[in-house]
Amino acid sequence: MNAGQFLTIFISAVFINNVILSRFLGLCSFIAISKETRPAFAMSLAVMFVTTMSSIITWLIYRFLLIPFNMTYLRTISFILVIATFVQLVEMVIRKFAPALYRFFGIYLPLITVNCAVLGVAVLNSDMFFTDGKSVAGGFLFSTFQGICVGLGYMLAMLLMSAIRERLDLCNVPKALKDFPLGFIIASIMSLAFMGFNGFKF
Amino acid sequence: MEPERPNKVAMKNSFQELIKGIIKENPTFVLMLGLCPTLAVSVSLINGIGMGIAATFVTIGSNIIISQLKNIIPGKVRIPCYIVVIATFVTITELVMKAYFPPLNRALGIYVPLIVVNCIVLGRAEAFASKNNVRNSLMDGIGMGIGFTLALLLISGIRELLGSGKLFGYNVFNKFEPALMIAMPSGALLVIGLLLAFFNQIKEKKE
Repeated sequence: MNAGQFLTIFISAVFINNVILSRFLGLCSFIAISKETRPAFAMSLAVMFVTTMSSIITWLIYRFLLIPFNMTYLRTISFILVIATFVQLVEMVIRKFAPALYRFFGIYLPLITVNCAVLGVAVLNSDMFFTDGKSVAGGFLFSTFQGICVGLGYMLAMLLMSAIRERLDLCNVPKALKDFPLGFIIASIMSLAFMGFNGFKF
Repeated sequence: MEPERPNKVAMKNSFQELIKGIIKENPTFVLMLGLCPTLAVSVSLINGIGMGIAATFVTIGSNIIISQLKNIIPGKVRIPCYIVVIATFVTITELVMKAYFPPLNRALGIYVPLIVVNCIVLGRAEAFASKNNVRNSLMDGIGMGIGFTLALLLISGIRELLGSGKLFGYNVFNKFEPALMIAMPSGALLVIGLLLAFFNQIKEKKE
């Protein structure tokens, strides 16, 4: 475990395998909520928080519950249930103790339960940082860090996209391309640009 | 002859439930649900068909179970209950795929467990199966599954043909430099964007 590995995870999760532009996770929310910058920012903050926390929780569950009892086939069910419960819990806590923050996140928190990015990073962690039913050294820190980085990658794509779409509002585009089709085409060009980061591979 | 009529009406209704998922309410192009797996796995036709069949199985299974349980599940905890039912079917799919189709399982990777959060499945459970009887829910599940599979076939066919010059892994063209970009992630976004624009254009012309 050294700083280099963390750097690799960071660059891979944020740029090379960007969660939206190359893995296509959380695409629905990416297209639906990226019309303006403010809600896009709120959504990405919420996603980053949940991916980080769910990385921690699902790692603990996988390491200390599923592997010792030989129940790894329950991975999908247990992960999604824990994530759904956790999101619900966070929503309740925020609503009770931080009403201002709750208004800021608004409807985006419950939406995160069905955001593929959250379950995706949990499944990826359990694929990447466990070999032959054993956690790799420092796997817990790697998982947590990957959770943060995936959230960062989501935020980066979200902010870029919303900034572009805010400008596009002023343009005159063909009617057939309006909203979703144009959103996808922009995302395609962004994804092409992100492919340039492939040269970073080391 | 009287008792036959409601039956006929019911048959006609369930047939309509089957048909609507294919074009009028196509999950991918009209409802815009379940895009993540659509784009990620549509590199080749085989992957597209595999993903389509897996998602169809899960939709049908969860629709049947949920429409039977709709009166037992309390309203407040319905979403977690639906998710458990769906996750069960996804786990079945995952295990079957691992056992009998390992190459397909490797190609689809993490997108198999991610069928759980495929909005089509949960969307149909919430919008249709929780309000309708078992037969209509079954038909709805089949229709949505076929619609999803057809959309996947269309996208993955275009991508495989243009991106690698093949169909089902066989070379189609002799002298053709495949546009590698179409086989890359950015190609998936481009293809679906253009297809959506195309369908919008057709819809507009009709009106």
